Amino acid sequence: MSEAREGILKDVRAALGPRTGDARRAAAVEARIARHAPNLVPKRAQLDPAARLKLFVEMAEKAAATVARVPRLADVPAAVADFLAAQNLPARLRLASDPALEKLPWSERPLIKLERGPAQASDGASLTPAFAGIAETGTLMLLSGPAHPTTLNFLPDNHLVVLREAQIVGPYEEAWDRLRAAAAAKGWPRAVNLVTGPSRSADIEQQLYMGAHGPRRLHIILVAEGGDGQGQG
Amino acid sequence: MESTAASFKENAHQALNDATLQRAVSKLGFAAARAAAVARLPEFEELRAQGRAIKDHVLEHLDLYLERYEAEAKKRGAEVHWCRTPEEARAAVLAICRRLGAKTVTKGKSMIGEEIAINDYLEENGITPIETDLGEYIIQLRHEPPSHIIAPAIHLTKDQVADTFAANHKQYGKTRRLEEASEMLAEAREILRAKFVAADVGITGANFLIAETGSSVIVTNEGNGDLTQTLPKAHIVLATPEKVVPTLEDATTILRLLARSATGQEFSVYTTFSTGARRAEDLDGPSEYHVVILDNGRTALLGSEFRDILRCIKCGACINHCPVYSSIGGHAYGWVYPGPMGSVLTPAIIGIEAAGDLPNASTFCGRCESVCPMQIPLPKLLRHWREREFERHLSPRSFRLGLRLWAQLALRPSAYRLATRLAAAALGTLGRRRGAFRSLPLAGGWTGGRDFPTPEGATFHALWARARGGRVR
Repeated sequence: MSEAREGILKDVRAALGPRTGDARRAAAVEARIARHAPNLVPKRAQLDPAARLKLFVEMAEKAAATVARVPRLADVPAAVADFLAAQNLPARLRLASDPALEKLPWSERPLIKLERGPAQASDGASLTPAFAGIAETGTLMLLSGPAHPTTLNFLPDNHLVVLREAQIVGPYEEAWDRLRAAAAAKGWPRAVNLVTGPSRSADIEQQLYMGAHGPRRLHIILVAEGGDGQGQG
Repeated sequence: MESTAASFKENAHQALNDATLQRAVSKLGFAAARAAAVARLPEFEELRAQGRAIKDHVLEHLDLYLERYEAEAKKRGAEVHWCRTPEEARAAVLAICRRLGAKTVTKGKSMIGEEIAINDYLEENGITPIETDLGEYIIQLRHEPPSHIIAPAIHLTKDQVADTFAANHKQYGKTRRLEEASEMLAEAREILRAKFVAADVGITGANFLIAETGSSVIVTNEGNGDLTQTLPKAHIVLATPEKVVPTLEDATTILRLLARSATGQEFSVYTTFSTGARRAEDLDGPSEYHVVILDNGRTALLGSEFRDILRCIKCGACINHCPVYSSIGGHAYGWVYPGPMGSVLTPAIIGIEAAGDLPNASTFCGRCESVCPMQIPLPKLLRHWREREFERHLSPRSFRLGLRLWAQLALRPSAYRLATRLAAAALGTLGRRRGAFRSLPLAGGWTGGRDFPTPEGATFHALWARARGGRVR
């Protein structure tokens, strides 16, 4: 439908008038995109690492996520087992095939049945890595990819996410910069999901209930131990 | 969608006398939630100014940003379909569905989808559309249009939803009439779960198109839009040209305004940036990713006095704060977009002749403009439509005559002051005993619903002059 394309663009130029002939417009547009400068970043998000961490947890919990803090990555399987037990869930987990998650000492928790691949409609719980945590609103940044399929973020009733403290940034803008750096090598992901708390709806008389179509519960396992904060998982 | 905007007055009267609707609209709670969210973010006003500047900059360079967006989107695997009219957009969507042999299509909430009545069209062509946003799902079952752009079923009570589900869910073996909203949510979730998995194509709208990355963005709280776009073979995005923004940072700035203005949330639960189809190594995601860019009157607004409405991010704040909307709900407006933004946009898209009294459906109290995150001067734009109605002789003859007489008077200050002084004095004398009039000639519209108070003392002009210690000039 290139006729429509030309027609729309022609109408836009006609509406904007003769200034569309000015080459400086194109230069301004290119420069703005190349610079991708942040606009105003709220003070709330400009924090030192300790305050950032505190704000992230506070905001995530306000958005009805739960947060469990563990010292080491190796503690994740135990934290998963605790969550499943506390929620009275079967010991089954859809695990993202992320190298860091695969390396965890799952053999210490032989009762948890691990499944891999994209999520199924009947899945009870999934565990995925996060790319970043955004303190400003307690938001997770999750990327699509073979090691972390998007369906794991949406189909299971319970979504568990591993986030390292070093992955927490203040404002969204810092997460975008980290993503640009990561994507330069790996390519831009098909889906970037910013997730703030579990799924909900208030479409019936404005009463809020959790678990509309996505997960009823979002459980963040926050790991203190190192890492460079770059890359998912 | 068929419009009943031309019979707005009649619609409004019916709405005011509809007890169930009145019960539903009396519960509108968005305004208080917005105020609280804004109070928590000291920079909100500055963000508004920046958001507005971003949109103004884009509109001023719209041709270039559209070209850049398209180039980036294509580079990353998108197919972009440009459409001028609803007919073209419907045909583009149907062609994709046909080629894929689609039987069912899941849908995330899309106002453009409503604009082009895509559901009816797909159905006519043997394809079953399934709305997945809970509110949209409910009204689809009831064969009703949405009554609010972010809360489409806000005109319904819980009991009505319970009846709707009881009538429609029998076919799935659900025979019990539900009492609690939480049960209704769970039942809809269960039924729609199977639809998500079975769908061949998923259609969503777009809150933004990003020129930098060629991405489309949707914002939801339910996660329905994500299941809609991730599970089927193809994802179709319905968007309009003015949705484009330059960079991720620019989208971020507007996102900081969007949820706070809409529902009073700090951020919506799911904000998803989609870029192209699934990659070769991906385990899930749609194999095809299409973006339909529908103009449907937008470029015509760009060169008009209505350009400011193109900044609209469809948050619904103006609707939530409108005293007219809060009295009559959304259906009375008769087309896709209700409230102040709708009264500006509807005449632009379906024509002022068909939009009837919508530009007059405002008290000009100005709350809409004061809460609009994009600082759109809605009352001013409504006034432009009123001017056009007047110019085109669309307003009633008595109204036009009255306005002419008043204009004659208002153009002659001394005559105006004399007339108002005489009128105030005469009414003051006549009504002194009762303090109010039950009826007055030419003022039946007022006295039909309430008494008209008796003027006391001097006119405003005279009082003003006295207060200033000067005289009326």
